[in-house]
Amino acid sequence: MTQAQYETVIGLEVHVELHTKSKIFCGCSTSFGAAPNTHTCPICLGHPGVLPVLNRQAVEYAMKAAMALNCEISSVGHFDRKNYFYPDSPKAYQISQNDRPIGTNGWIDIEVNGETKRIRINRLHLEEDAGKLTHMDGGFGSMVDLNRCGTPLVEIVSEADLRSPEEAKAYLEKMKAIMQYCDVSDVKMEEGSLRCDANVSLRPYGQEEFGTKTELKNMNSFRGVQRGLEYEVERQTEVLEDGDKVIQETRRWDDAQGRTIVMRTKEEAHDYRYFPDPDLVELHIDEAWQERVRATIPELPDARQARYTADYSLSSYDAGVITSSKKMADLFDESLNYTKDAKAVANWIMGEMLGYLNQNGKDIDEVKLTGQGLGEMLGLLEKSTINNKIAKTVFKEMLETGKAPQVIVEEKGLVQISDTGAIKEIVEKVVAANPQSVEDFRAGKDKAIGFLVGQVMKESKGKANPGLVNELLREVLKG
Amino acid sequence: MTILDMNVAELKQRLKSRDLSSSELVEASYARIAETEASIQAFLTLDEDRARTAAKAWDEQYAKGEADSLLAGLPIGIKDNIVTDGLRTTCASRFLENFVPVYDSSVSRKLKEAGAITIGKLNMDEFAMGGSNENSAYQTTRNPWDTNRVPGGSSGGSAASVAALQVPFSLGSDTGGSIRQPASYCGIVGLKPTYGRVSRYGLVAFASSLDQIGPLTRTVEDAAHVLQAIAGYDQMDSTSANVEVSSYPSALTGDVKGLRIGVPKEYMGEGVDPVVKAKIMEALKVYESLGATWEEVSMPHTEYAVAAYYLLASSEASSNLARFDGVRYGVRASSPDNLLDLYVKSRSEGFGQEVKRRIMLGTYALSSGYYDAFYLKAQKVRTLIKRDFDEALSRYDILLAPTAPTTAFKIGEQVDNPLQMYMNDILTIPVSLAGVPAISIPCGLADGLPVGLQLIGKPFDEAGLLKAAHAYEQHTEHHKLRPQL
Repeated sequence: MTQAQYETVIGLEVHVELHTKSKIFCGCSTSFGAAPNTHTCPICLGHPGVLPVLNRQAVEYAMKAAMALNCEISSVGHFDRKNYFYPDSPKAYQISQNDRPIGTNGWIDIEVNGETKRIRINRLHLEEDAGKLTHMDGGFGSMVDLNRCGTPLVEIVSEADLRSPEEAKAYLEKMKAIMQYCDVSDVKMEEGSLRCDANVSLRPYGQEEFGTKTELKNMNSFRGVQRGLEYEVERQTEVLEDGDKVIQETRRWDDAQGRTIVMRTKEEAHDYRYFPDPDLVELHIDEAWQERVRATIPELPDARQARYTADYSLSSYDAGVITSSKKMADLFDESLNYTKDAKAVANWIMGEMLGYLNQNGKDIDEVKLTGQGLGEMLGLLEKSTINNKIAKTVFKEMLETGKAPQVIVEEKGLVQISDTGAIKEIVEKVVAANPQSVEDFRAGKDKAIGFLVGQVMKESKGKANPGLVNELLREVLKG
Repeated sequence: MTILDMNVAELKQRLKSRDLSSSELVEASYARIAETEASIQAFLTLDEDRARTAAKAWDEQYAKGEADSLLAGLPIGIKDNIVTDGLRTTCASRFLENFVPVYDSSVSRKLKEAGAITIGKLNMDEFAMGGSNENSAYQTTRNPWDTNRVPGGSSGGSAASVAALQVPFSLGSDTGGSIRQPASYCGIVGLKPTYGRVSRYGLVAFASSLDQIGPLTRTVEDAAHVLQAIAGYDQMDSTSANVEVSSYPSALTGDVKGLRIGVPKEYMGEGVDPVVKAKIMEALKVYESLGATWEEVSMPHTEYAVAAYYLLASSEASSNLARFDGVRYGVRASSPDNLLDLYVKSRSEGFGQEVKRRIMLGTYALSSGYYDAFYLKAQKVRTLIKRDFDEALSRYDILLAPTAPTTAFKIGEQVDNPLQMYMNDILTIPVSLAGVPAISIPCGLADGLPVGLQLIGKPFDEAGLLKAAHAYEQHTEHHKLRPQL
């Protein structure tokens, strides 16, 4: 078995819920987490006789997203009905856009293994979300919650340009960042405001024609996307190596079992019978409207990354990590209003903060650190009011409480001791208490001083100025 | 003359002078229904308690001299596909047998604002699919002129109740002729406004791009009053037009001197009963005598209209009616094997024959591989038909034709021949496809049955259309004929 006999080909369909205040065709709230079926009205419940009225904000968010993804914007669009029977859809059709999406021919750049690659986007269209079904254990029935029904969604379809699960993950992360920067969505996979389906196929290297694809659904986390794709690539490789053919079908990723399972075959595929929705009029997007929306697009991740490397001499990698989240990049920029040391800011964000988030399984939204706090803390370090060790304590406290560093320092009495007399007192005490180490040092074992410094720091509860400690210790030992 | 035979202006005059109370009027309406309903069967649901309460309230307003609104205290019947808050709305379908809406249609809201009192809900062909009321899941409404005959459809209950003097006027809906054809069969006035003139919010959709609500009345002037109350832009309906609503009653000057009338020769051809043609020719003479002129005009794409209509309307219907799936509303099949089985069984049980026929036709027309040949082709035909109308209406002020090829046929006569049934709409369907306004007015009897004269106007020129119809009515007596019940 030669591992690299087949080339992986992946295309992603990403659904992003737009965080408009109200739903796309009625006035109901779109907020997440309400009691089931409380954010509903005759319109989103599809009662007989109701009609949809398009939410202008949803169109503008979709335009904004399409522009940020470098799409061409259609000057005339319309909505189509996608007909299918399922209890999550009370009208038994979804209002979507079939042949005239808002955006076409876009792209985003991703970076994998230090190389930049352009992934083309086929289209971005606006549609309404369906309700949510909860299937009861034991097959007793399914419960329907229509709160989500009518939430505006954009579906973003990539070309089959992705060549590995890693690339797919990088694409998805970049997509999330761009949507976040545009402030059109919460993009939270765990809440379903960012969802992803994939088309996966393999082909022998050098072959132009695509292999038979499977469609992968139900990957509910970034990790799930990567694992699902890895599993599917492996599965298809085995099928091909056994001399069999891949069957065109839709498969569901089962995260608990760690495998993909057949949902439906090509023969069972729906015929959605798309046709223009006669309840809605054509959507005209003129130049002036486009320009107004374009003007609201902020600096996007790529531009920001470039700025960080150019203006602050950050490495491309560091700049990439910081700009991968808008919140993180905003924190970085905000900090620089209070300190000039961009490198230090980057190090604290990438080292201490990301470490803290990882360790505690938290999201950046959950920490209370402000840019001002970080910048001022670096000021305290610079002025030697605190030392590095204290700073770590202060930083953790800032992440958790959001308090200003001066306040934390004061409350906890964390000011660095730079008083020579006070330190000398401790040094002399430590020297007296550790004759063996003193002897070792004097016998030429330079390392022994490290132990003594540690003892002094311990004695001072970490507050002693380490430089002074070193200096005074040598002075005392020599003397 | 019974008070129920009076027109809007007379009734309002009497209410204002307090010769008559709204309560008396409402009671008279219910009494007339009780007296005639056994033979007419126009109503599916009556709203007696609320109607009486509303009438009392209006009587108090009149007593204070504060009842100024357009239809203050006047009874109305409403077709049962128009959603009425808290009042059962069945669309004459088993699926909605117990459906009590939790919201009001925009027309129902506007009617309340105008002071009209809903007497009850009127029978129709199930989901407005049909031209005879024989497709109602509940009852077949009878034609007051001959109770062995159909009242037409789908707004058959709306037409019969007005003709039988149960209510002074009613609302219907017209998708391919469903206001005009029953008006013609029952010898009353039926107006289909321009598509977009009246809000569709709360009209249970059959074919969304064609459906339009309109009045059925005994005089043109009454049609003007009722249209005045319901017309206008509605932000709840994206397809309603933001075009100014003029004063319709004041357009009725009786003057048609110099009016240019086009008579589409395709509407007077084979298949149109000679007795109907004869009445139309008489009507043209009346117009001539009033100083109007007429010419024959060709609408070359007329022959494709029925085919295009049945593809488009059925396509839209197949999607509009998909929500009746057994999960919500009325009919749910017992012990289905699985979800698909629930859908199939519930829909098989819940829908009538004609509705199923059109759902299947529409589903087929939209299916992948057939879409271009059917749905898309039909849309192109629709564009050509629109052009026929644009062209003709650029040369003539109005077009004139029969409303239906024949007078009312016998109950059961065409039930087994859907294609023959579809041909009854051949003269109303093209107008619906073009979206222009049209009115059917009585132009005499043939063998004791009413014949309808159809006038077709320019988009949003309901005023001009009503004016032309009114002038004819002023100089003829046909609208005064009443069926013997």
